[in-house]
Amino acid sequence: MSANLINLLLEATWQTLYMVAVSAALGTLLGLPLGVFLATSQRGELLSRPWVNKMLGLVVNATRSVPFIILVVAIIPFTRMIAGTSIGTTAAIVPLTVAAVPFIARLIENAIREVDSGLIEAARAMGATPLQIIRKVLIPEALSSITLGLTLAVVSLIGYSAMVGAVGGEGLGDLGIRYGYQRFMPEVMAVVVVILIVLVQLVQSVGEWIAAKVDKRAPKGRGQ
Amino acid sequence: MSDRKPQGASIVFQTVGKTFTKPDGSSVSAVDDVSLTVESGAITGIIGRSGAGKSTMLRMVNGLERPTSGQILVGGQDVGAAQGAALRAIRRDVGMIFQHFNLLASRTVAGNIALPLEVAGVPKAKIRARVADLIHRVGLDAQSDRYPAELSGGQKQRVGIARALATEPKVLLSDEATSALDPETTQTVLQLLKDINRELGLTILLITHEMAVVRDIASHVAVIEGGKIVEAGKTYDVFTAPQHPTTRSFLSGVTGVTLPAFIKGQMHDDRPSGPCEEVLRVTFSGKHATDPMLALLTRDLGIAVNILAGAVEEIGTQPFGNLLLSLDADKGAEARAYLERHGLLTEVLGYVG
Repeated sequence: MSANLINLLLEATWQTLYMVAVSAALGTLLGLPLGVFLATSQRGELLSRPWVNKMLGLVVNATRSVPFIILVVAIIPFTRMIAGTSIGTTAAIVPLTVAAVPFIARLIENAIREVDSGLIEAARAMGATPLQIIRKVLIPEALSSITLGLTLAVVSLIGYSAMVGAVGGEGLGDLGIRYGYQRFMPEVMAVVVVILIVLVQLVQSVGEWIAAKVDKRAPKGRGQ
Repeated sequence: MSDRKPQGASIVFQTVGKTFTKPDGSSVSAVDDVSLTVESGAITGIIGRSGAGKSTMLRMVNGLERPTSGQILVGGQDVGAAQGAALRAIRRDVGMIFQHFNLLASRTVAGNIALPLEVAGVPKAKIRARVADLIHRVGLDAQSDRYPAELSGGQKQRVGIARALATEPKVLLSDEATSALDPETTQTVLQLLKDINRELGLTILLITHEMAVVRDIASHVAVIEGGKIVEAGKTYDVFTAPQHPTTRSFLSGVTGVTLPAFIKGQMHDDRPSGPCEEVLRVTFSGKHATDPMLALLTRDLGIAVNILAGAVEEIGTQPFGNLLLSLDADKGAEARAYLERHGLLTEVLGYVG
């Protein structure tokens, strides 16, 4: 493999990491509050707003129903509005984030809803405000599941990032298609796949390690 | 503990009703026209079976449930009408402990106890000192940095108690706090509640389905059935002279005095014709509890009695005896009159042919 190709691979790996990291960060920034709200705004819950909850749920489902490759194309005007252009790696962060927000929101919602309702009751009995309950009880108690959810989201984003070549986004997926497939260089495709496998493994392992670290539910080192 | 001694507050239920609406639109009455005064500084037990409404009553005291009719006054403040910040202020005056402890798994013992203080906006340095006091108070100094998952049930409930006391409440609500614990641990937790009640003077209202808990720590008791209070009063009075069948059935579990199965099986409510035995429950209370009344009965009237079951125990500090006897039905009335004359209570349970 030529030095030129190795450079291309390094650059593509960097581009993938850049797109995934930024869209995961933005997706969490927006998805976390949305997920918390979805979990706590159901009827009878802390911030009970059943109608708003239903409407938001519909929007989230609608976004999640659109296949990513179609979403990328469909929101090109929006992408241009935000990024100034609809072409390139940075522009690709927009559709990736748009796809990540509802996905992360649902993962966070599930994690929050797993928290024992007895804890919410105990906090209410202490005189805690809904916001205090969210900050001091729900998020810390759900942190382990939230971490695993975010890990899943990052792994999915690595997969999605392979499709943004369609709008000129670069990265490993794009490199694999252009060189490995269109220029008949199977060895490039093979290396791209290996790098992706390693990336996903790394993300998964780190995610699980952090999740175990913040999980205080089971006693450590006592085989219980 | 700080120098300030929180005084208890009374809890008054005034014709309180609570109706839940089910998803299908029908409604269920959980608490029905209940009036009850819980004395300031006392330990009062509400006993009832599951679904009797006791949990709803307790949860209305700190506004976790709102009454659909009537009023609940805690230290004179109407909890049912309080909203937002006013309700949260009342809640800081009312601590609560739970059957399943409800501790945060993500926080250490110290962190859990600190939570209500953080919520109340107490400065960090003050929180640290107060938490250390509370941990010491409940005997968990060595566990301060442990997580709940590393504690035993009894230790978890001690954390729950310390957390409930953090904001120096005037009232402590206990929601089946010992029901998930083994008998020995139950005793130590009950003793802790007793000590807290004595030292801090705060009012304790507990709900339970175990009469033993009431007997061991409550000075007053209310029996609830189908959302209504069927009997209420001082624990000793209710134990020694239960008026309602529900109370009696709770008591038969705790006094350990139940009829042997073979007698229960052949007992009739009405007296059959021919010779038969009358089965009696005799209750000794106060100073008579230790009198040798049966020996005297035999000596004075020449009536022989057959002892089926019996026990003498203490409620609070007073002795209380409970005996099940059988004797010749023809002499039953005479024997009962004699025993009642000597200050004992009798009740005919049935007849055995």
